[in-house]
Amino acid sequence: MEALTVHRIQFAFTVVFHYLFPQLTMGLALLIVAMKTLALRTGDEHYNHAARFWARIFAINFAIGVVTGIPMEFQFGTNWAGFSRYSGGIIGQTLAMEGVFSFFLESSFLGAFLFGEKRLGPRLHWLAAFLVFLGSWLSGFFIIATNAWMQHPVAYQSGPNGALALKSFWELLLNPWLGWQYLHNMIASVVTASVVMAALGAFYLLASRDQDYGRLFIRIGVTAGLIASALLIFPTGDEQGRNVAYYQPVTLAAMEGLFRSAAGAPLAIIGQPDVQAETLDNPILVPRALSFLTYRRWMAEVRGLDAFPRDTWPDNIPLLYYSYHIMVGLGTIFVAVLALAGFLLWRGRLYDTPLMLWVLMLLAPFPYIATTAGWMTAELGRQPWLVYGLLRTAEGSSVAVSSGNVIFTLLGFAGIYSVLAVLFLFLVYLEVERGPEPETQAGPQAQTAA
Amino acid sequence: MIVTYAVLDGFDLGVGIVHLYVGRTETERRTVLRSVGPVWDGNEVWLIAGGGALFFAFPKMYALAFSGFYLPLIMVLWLLILRGISIEFRSHIESVVWHPFWDVAFAGASAMLAIFFGAALGNIVRGVPLGGSGYFFLPLFTDFTTGGRVGILDWFTILMGLSSLVALALHGALWVTLKTPGEPRERARHLAGHLWWATLVMTVALLAVVPLVQPHLGARFPDEPWGVIFPVIAAAGLFAIRWFNRMGRARDAFLASCAYIAGMLFSVAFGLYPYVLPSNLNTAASLTIYNSSTTAYGLEVGLAWFIPGILLAIGYFIFVYRSFAGEVRLDEEGY
Ligand code: HDD
Ligand code: HEM
Ligand code: HEM
Repeated sequence: MEALTVHRIQFAFTVVFHYLFPQLTMGLALLIVAMKTLALRTGDEHYNHAARFWARIFAINFAIGVVTGIPMEFQFGTNWAGFSRYSGGIIGQTLAMEGVFSFFLESSFLGAFLFGEKRLGPRLHWLAAFLVFLGSWLSGFFIIATNAWMQHPVAYQSGPNGALALKSFWELLLNPWLGWQYLHNMIASVVTASVVMAALGAFYLLASRDQDYGRLFIRIGVTAGLIASALLIFPTGDEQGRNVAYYQPVTLAAMEGLFRSAAGAPLAIIGQPDVQAETLDNPILVPRALSFLTYRRWMAEVRGLDAFPRDTWPDNIPLLYYSYHIMVGLGTIFVAVLALAGFLLWRGRLYDTPLMLWVLMLLAPFPYIATTAGWMTAELGRQPWLVYGLLRTAEGSSVAVSSGNVIFTLLGFAGIYSVLAVLFLFLVYLEVERGPEPETQAGPQAQTAA
Repeated sequence: MIVTYAVLDGFDLGVGIVHLYVGRTETERRTVLRSVGPVWDGNEVWLIAGGGALFFAFPKMYALAFSGFYLPLIMVLWLLILRGISIEFRSHIESVVWHPFWDVAFAGASAMLAIFFGAALGNIVRGVPLGGSGYFFLPLFTDFTTGGRVGILDWFTILMGLSSLVALALHGALWVTLKTPGEPRERARHLAGHLWWATLVMTVALLAVVPLVQPHLGARFPDEPWGVIFPVIAAAGLFAIRWFNRMGRARDAFLASCAYIAGMLFSVAFGLYPYVLPSNLNTAASLTIYNSSTTAYGLEVGLAWFIPGILLAIGYFIFVYRSFAGEVRLDEEGY
């Protein structure tokens, strides 16, 4: 296999795996702060127990997030030496800021949050939870700033040895691509956490155990999830789409499977793109919707793939197209399901509707699928560029590292990550079995120390 | 950054190396590990932040060194993964099989990392085969000599690796002496006595061979004698460790060990300057701070946020270390 391909597969594999964990922790951090706030406000100990329970899940996720995140940072150097050399002067800034401003905050106070409830007292403990939340959301900000720069490079000038250098710090942080991408992505992580929380609540109710907590989880999960999934479509998803249309029109055409330019372009709900024949097979179309969504005019002209030279087309159009449609399709389904659940909750009937509880429980994996599909859309849509319009992916990889070496390390990562996945599921299962109700004795530590 | 990483993560690596020995029973081991539990992750962030700083300040060095040391770096990553999960996940299940497994994994990964980090420094001191193409790729080892087509491991880098192993083990033993009560403390203190001799021997051996491998390293001291302060700090630290450890002043012994590690690393950095990655083939191809850094504007911006950022981080550290100050007690609630 060509070295470039293996570099890409390895990076894609490790980053997709990594992102499975932070998305839950970032969303959960917000929900834990919400629970701690409710605990302070209402004085109801249930909220504190619930927060402690989710903090344990958080900690398991966090540990895997950390150990899989460190390889990401290193791989910029190990696998993408060309890219690092070319743009390190710029994206090194945001990546280092992530370490300095957010990881320190998050990791220091996570320790305090987990181990210090007695030593800190309720208010400081709330503060620790809040700082963990702040840290994880800042971390998301800086990493998205990095990605946004690759999607839409700004604030650069040419620097030493043909590399790029930073021109303006504020311009980098005020990148027009960044704001919507950040909001869309963070809200998506709130959806993940809310759906997971509601799903676990549904599980407890269906299994007739920990009923109080089951209801509490469903209440918080469905409420937060409904709000977040609506915000995900509008305005953030919509604005993201318009950014793509404006700055990467060829990507938009590929995402939508629009081979030929048209005025009053239709929106394809379903269909299979055929790149050879340049057609979209068996489509179901909504007339003129695409023109309206992108330009707010029913008859606006949308450029199709035929308007761009072939060597600027994304190199995997079908995968891009399917990823995009899976994300949007699931987004619509989330709003529908959560709205129904929210309605039942409001009427007080949700807890006694087993069918709806089953649906909620089985919804848990789908936000993960949607976010992964979303990232595939973003990253495949950027191809064939690594830094859009400036550096081709082919020029970014490490020339000194041959494909055999990367295949070897890729297999190693695959092995280690499967072990991690098994461990993770196992430990989360144990926590779920243990449940949120505090044990009657002084806790597990005391039992075993004896 | 890197120095802070070495001093801080150094002790938790060291704890990992020695904990099998100093903690015999389950309770003892748990106490020893708990002494690093709340802080190891924060310590590790120094590595990430250090990597990040290197990335934006010296993108060229970052790109060349990371791709050149591809295989060992990926292995370091695997070890970091193993170590991270072994300390985090140990406490989740109560079983006589589960605990020893993670303990051994933790000890093994910690020891390997200590060796790897020492060897990495050894590679930088010795230089790498940077030629005209601008990139290089090192095999794990070749014929164990330090000239010509070198590998990551040769007699010199192995020596560095072992020195780092004993020095960090000493550092960890001193931390345990400081933080834990009872039996483990006595054993750690006793062990520190032995490790001290090993560290002394290795340090002297390194001093003897460094001029052979990298003549440049000593050359700067005669011109700028103020630099002598770094080796002096290191030597003073080393002897102070012994003194304080025998007196039973655990805290001072640990601080002395910090001084020793920092002094050694600063001496190397001072000696190499202005090189950041010397070439062992052709001096002209070496990377210096001048030919591998980004523009002045980039560096200024970097410093402008870096310094307040680090001060903030130090603030959190003080807070967390103070919240968990004092000896470890197991009766407190965990999570
Ligand atoms: C729960 C997950 C989820 C859901 C339901 C949606 N998204 Fe999304 N989307 C993401 C999760 C996500 C993401 C994983 O978070 C991405 C990847 C990059 C990013 O910033 O967010 C993303 C990126 C992303 C992009 C950028 C692609 C690029 O950069 O090339 C667009 C245009 C949309 N989304 C649009 C939408 C629309 C119109 C949705 C309405 C139904 C929608 N997304 C639902
Ligand atoms: C936000 C920070 C991120 C940055 C800076 C980043 C950067 C990169 C880089 C450098 C590559 C390799 C070059 C290339 O193939 O174009 C890449 C590829 C890829 N990334 Fe990301 N990435 C980020 C987040 C993510 C996330 C969270 C996911 C998925 C969950 C993801 C999915 C992928 C995929 C699937 C590829 C392979 C695309 C291909 O090779 O065609 N990325 N990304
Ligand atoms: C959208 C993509 C990403 C997001 C939102 C994200 C976010 C996070 C968050 C919140 C954490 C904290 C640990 C946790 O909560 O699990 C984390 C860990 C980490 N991430 Fe990512 N990450 C992304 C992709 C990447 C990429 C592409 C890199 C490579 C530079 C990276 C590097 C790291 C590192 C080094 C850690 C460990 C930090 C620690 O010790 O606390 N992440 N990530």
